[in-house]
Amino acid sequence: MKSAVVVFPASNCDRDAAVALEHLTGEKPHMAWHADTDLPDVDLIVLPGGFAYGDYLRCGAMAAQSRIMRDVKKKADQGVTVLGICNGFQVLTETGLLPGALMRNAQLKFVCKPVGLEVEETQSVFTRKYDKGQKLSFPVAHGDGNYFADDETLDRLEGEGRVVFRYAQGENPNGSARNIAGILSEKRNVLGLMPHPERVCDPMLGGTDGVGLFQSLIEALS
Amino acid sequence: MKARVFVTLKNGVLDPQGKAIGNALHGLGFGQVGAVRQGKVIDIELEERDHAKAQASLKDMCEKLLANTVIEKYEIELKS
Repeated sequence: MKSAVVVFPASNCDRDAAVALEHLTGEKPHMAWHADTDLPDVDLIVLPGGFAYGDYLRCGAMAAQSRIMRDVKKKADQGVTVLGICNGFQVLTETGLLPGALMRNAQLKFVCKPVGLEVEETQSVFTRKYDKGQKLSFPVAHGDGNYFADDETLDRLEGEGRVVFRYAQGENPNGSARNIAGILSEKRNVLGLMPHPERVCDPMLGGTDGVGLFQSLIEALS
Repeated sequence: MKARVFVTLKNGVLDPQGKAIGNALHGLGFGQVGAVRQGKVIDIELEERDHAKAQASLKDMCEKLLANTVIEKYEIELKS
C-alpha cells in the first residue's frame, strides 16, 4: 500500500503517522509539503494532526485553502482513500470533503487523554478488521473537537451508516453531537476522526487498538 | 474603501465561549446580563471604488474563507 502524509506548517503528528505507516506497511510514506502542487499516485492520503497555520481564523480554515489541498480534493473525488486525523478532520470539514464542523470543546478546555470508543460501522475500508460494537481506547488531544451538524445532516449520516466511531457512553470529551467521533464521506473513501489511531500502534507507546484501522486499509488497498 | 466584516455563530449553534463570558460577567456582579454571544470582527482595506463590486467581492470572501457557513453567519459594513 503506497501512502502519502501531507505536512502543513505546524502539523505535529505527521511523523507519528509516518512511523505507524512505515511500521505496519513496510513502506515509507511520501511526505508532501503544503506548497506542493501534486501528490504522487498513492492508495492512501493522510492529513495528520497538529495546528496547521496556527489555527488562524478557524482550525483547518487556512490549510483548506493551501495548494496541496486542491490535489487532495481532486484525488478524493476520484475515489482515492483519505484519512484525516484530529486537525486533519478539521481540514476535511473546512474543505467540504466531510459535512459539519468542529467547534470549540463544550467545556472550553483542551483535552489530552485516552478515551473509550465504539466501532459502529465495519463496512468501510478503514474498519473492516474491527468487529461491530468493538470497544477501543484511542488518545485524544484537541481544543476544537466538538462535532456539529444540523439534525438533518446527523440523521443522514446515521441512516447511511457513515458514523464509524462514537465515543463510548460517558466518555464524550468535547460535547460532540450524538457522541460522534468519526465519520465517512458519502462515497465512503474519506474518513475524519478526532481520536488518534496512529498513536496506539505499538505496545511501547501504550496500546495497539489503532493497528486494526491500518490493517483494514492494508487489506483493502494493497 | 474600507470594510468591516462581522462573523458570528448562527442562532441555535451553542456558543460555549459566549456562555463562559456571561458567567464571568455574572461573577463580577453584572446581574442584569442575559445571554452572551461572541464573534469576530475583521477589518479589510480594499482597492475598489465601486460600492456594488466591493460588496460582491466581500460576499465571495465571506463564503470562501472568512465564515464557515455551516456554523457561522456574516454581516458586511462598507465605509468609503
